[in-house]
Amino acid sequence: MKIGRRGFLSFVIGGAAGTALSPLPWKMMDDSSIWTQMWPWTPVPEDGEASYVNSVCTLCSGHCGITVRKINNRAVKIEGMEGHPVNNGGMCLLGLSGLQLLYGPMRVKTPLKRTGKRGQGGWEKISWNDAVSEVVEKLRDIRSEGHPQTVGFISGSDRGTVSRLFERFLTAYGSPNFMRMPSVRDSYELTQYLMQGVEALPGFDFENADFILSFGSGIIDGWGSPVRMSRVHSAWQSADVKVIQIEPRLSNTAAKSDKWIPINPGTEAALAMGLAHVIVKESLYDAAFIENYVEGFYDWKTRVIDKYSPETVASMTGIDTRTIVVLARGFANASKPLAICGRGDGSSPVSLKECMAVNALNALVGNINKKGGVWAVSEPDYINWPEIEMDAKASAGMQHERLDGAGSKTYPFTRYLLPRLPETIDSGEKYPLQALFVSEANPIYTLPGTQAVRKTLDEIPFVVSFSSYMDETAQNADLILPNHIYLERYEDVPTPVGMIQPLIGLSKPVVDPQLDTRHVGDVIIQMAKGLGGSVADTFPWDSYDSCLKETLGGKWNSLIEDGFWSDSGLRIQAFETSFDTASGKFELISRDTGSTLQFKPVNIEGDEKLYPLVLIPYDSIRLANSFIADPPFVIKTVEDTVLKGEHVFVEINPKTARAKGLREGQRVVLITPKGKAEVKVHLFEGIMPGLVALPRGLGHTAWDEFLADKGINFNALIGPVEDPDSGLDVAWGIRAKIEKA
Amino acid sequence: MHTLDDHAKDISENAAGEAGPNSSLEMNLKEQDTGAGGTIILFFILGLFVSLVVGWIIFPKLLYSTKKQPIDFNHVFHVEEVDNGCESCHFFREDGTFSGAPKLAQCIDCHEEIQGISPDEIKFVEEYVSKEREVPWLIYSRQPDCVFFSHAAHIKGAQMDCVTCHGHIGESESLKVYEENRVTGYSRDIWGKSIGGFKKNTWDRMKMDDCAECHRENAANIEKTDIQTPTQRLIDHIVNLVPPGTSTFGKGGSVQTERDPCFACHK
Repeated sequence: MKIGRRGFLSFVIGGAAGTALSPLPWKMMDDSSIWTQMWPWTPVPEDGEASYVNSVCTLCSGHCGITVRKINNRAVKIEGMEGHPVNNGGMCLLGLSGLQLLYGPMRVKTPLKRTGKRGQGGWEKISWNDAVSEVVEKLRDIRSEGHPQTVGFISGSDRGTVSRLFERFLTAYGSPNFMRMPSVRDSYELTQYLMQGVEALPGFDFENADFILSFGSGIIDGWGSPVRMSRVHSAWQSADVKVIQIEPRLSNTAAKSDKWIPINPGTEAALAMGLAHVIVKESLYDAAFIENYVEGFYDWKTRVIDKYSPETVASMTGIDTRTIVVLARGFANASKPLAICGRGDGSSPVSLKECMAVNALNALVGNINKKGGVWAVSEPDYINWPEIEMDAKASAGMQHERLDGAGSKTYPFTRYLLPRLPETIDSGEKYPLQALFVSEANPIYTLPGTQAVRKTLDEIPFVVSFSSYMDETAQNADLILPNHIYLERYEDVPTPVGMIQPLIGLSKPVVDPQLDTRHVGDVIIQMAKGLGGSVADTFPWDSYDSCLKETLGGKWNSLIEDGFWSDSGLRIQAFETSFDTASGKFELISRDTGSTLQFKPVNIEGDEKLYPLVLIPYDSIRLANSFIADPPFVIKTVEDTVLKGEHVFVEINPKTARAKGLREGQRVVLITPKGKAEVKVHLFEGIMPGLVALPRGLGHTAWDEFLADKGINFNALIGPVEDPDSGLDVAWGIRAKIEKA
Repeated sequence: MHTLDDHAKDISENAAGEAGPNSSLEMNLKEQDTGAGGTIILFFILGLFVSLVVGWIIFPKLLYSTKKQPIDFNHVFHVEEVDNGCESCHFFREDGTFSGAPKLAQCIDCHEEIQGISPDEIKFVEEYVSKEREVPWLIYSRQPDCVFFSHAAHIKGAQMDCVTCHGHIGESESLKVYEENRVTGYSRDIWGKSIGGFKKNTWDRMKMDDCAECHRENAANIEKTDIQTPTQRLIDHIVNLVPPGTSTFGKGGSVQTERDPCFACHK
């Protein structure tokens, strides 16, 4: 039988009818829709039993308690720990995104050794044994040549057993060059030492204060312990606590305060003195406290009255006299007023005068070490290790002055001056660094003057990074010995920043180490053992875990169970015994320094004629700005008026923009004496005319594809400015100009 | 000279004249049509038949691949051994989540050592227990990841029994062959054994229509009664003659759609 055209067509029609009557099309439609919704490459969360591990988040110095939810062996959610004294169940978005730092692509997966030139990204994997013995060999050579002091260590913290192990290692080895990353804690420590004679941590009883005077502190922009700060901020709103924010830019904190007072940047100390003037003149101070526990009040009073009249201060700060007088009265008449300083997220120190002036305000109203006041919190005393054994080489090395000049004749009371390092090494006055170790710090990114810092590191022949992530400093190291991240390791975490009650937290492994990493504490112990002799004898522990367990002693069990240990009940010290100064009193004018409190504004870099504008940084809770950078979830939350695509916006007042003929979204070149960068213009009425503001935390060149090459690193456009009293870097901005691109 | 009418007449005459010789041709064509028509119908039926065979018989054979469970399991035997029926192994965890297929941790109490002579048990102990490897069970009832289903709401809340959805698997002496859909990767038990989607028992299928069916039938007793499956919605639209998206079915919790929220079941 011949199949004609018609026959064929009818076969097809019959086939179509049959197919329609069969389940084939309907079933395929259903299956393909399931298939398209369940792409095989879409990750599907594991199903299984949920368990919870209590630990401490160490992504910032806030140190919140966390409860990590796990399904089988995978961490799936980080939550705030209920009942924790810092955050009581609360969590910030960086902490919530911590799992991306655990499972993300930015991690260093194994020990790496540089191949090719530094910073070019050529790496080869090496074994842990080879890596550690390479370090040991290098250190042995340096030591045998008699230059142990040329080994430096940069650490994100100087507290807790891990940091103390670093310091202990350097001392036993013979180097005084242990350096901590700068923060406003430097200023507070020094202030409390000079005015109160104590070596302590600054603590703030925000929970009980009823009037907050903030000299630019980003209370909800990352200052202090961020989750605690947002909790107290909410509590203030319902308790009708007055919050006065003094800063040149309408930050989130300023926007949510009761009153925002724009101030000429850098003149905060003058305002504090002006407020003191009013308080003293109108006798609004706590007379009993001043009379009994304050030294040098009358000298100080004379200076304040003479030099800081509201009129003088008004001309310096740009705040009118009436506002100054009203503010001073409001502060002094509140029952528990509290003044704080440290701009933005508090990651930069302020000048000693500014910090002392703010502390003096607190002293005037008598709220030192008492409810609702500012406290000098003593460190929980639990690290009691045997004496460090120092051989002749170590002793000789330790005789050298520190490279950064901290503790020198010029800056006898400052403990760390890391930002001075590039300058002192460059000047060649002392000695060069031959080896540098970096842990939980990213100096190439976070220190001001990125280019100078990079140049300094380039000149150090041996740089070892302990970073868990491929950050800018790790990228420029010779050897990366990746540490476990905070969710994979044990570590004690002493009193979180700004807390008034001594506390020890315990960070503990939530999951097994995911990669070929090693606890930095173990590596230090292995390095010491490798070096042998007195260095090895200084480290009697087999491993970091045994060291930690032994150190914490009786507290270990409660730490494992609760995640934190807290001093039972606050011991409010009587004023008679609070101050350990020469006079035994609170010293308004420190005898140690003879600080005259002559207000000398911190001059920023740049010629006003060449650079008519002033560039200031600003911080946001959405931009991590420390050794941790934004994981993908967090960078996603940055607004389009801050970062769009790869372009960062500078904030400019419309008046300034009009004068310069700039419009919203325009591409311009921002030029400072330190560098230039292409940015976009964002017109913002919340910034004072004549200023431009750039966010910190962007412009990474390392990390991962989600963060790298987005925006500009503020630190590349600024350099350090030394505080003549403390040596600290107190640059609050830099002169700048804008040119059309 | 012809008038217009004459002309018309001529044409009609011509047409009539031509009809004569042409009529035989027409007849021939008709005869041929009857033969060809038969062929056409034949081909139509053939096409219909082939496609029905393909759709109903060959297609399901092609769509599913068969997989054997890593080891066989005798439910009957184990149910007799344990005290608490299904829940002895398929239990609720403390937090209310359902454990599903048991893990090694549940088996290990009895099976740390080999108990009997069954080759499957020997394999289980040697391959999995002693090596501390979990058995990669193939789960017949595994739903796509976007489906949120709470066993607690159904078993503890609605007091349903396991059989309603899972059938009499607890009375089986060996595990049946696992048929995996080559397109979706899910078990055949979700769509059901019948490729046409027909079912006799509640446990024959586990599609959303089956959820909806039960939720509608028991509307008086249960909360979520407004489950709109795509199929039902299509039928409803046709029956009610309303354009999609304009009808107001039910009064659920959502202000926007006036239905129960989709995310109660769809993650």
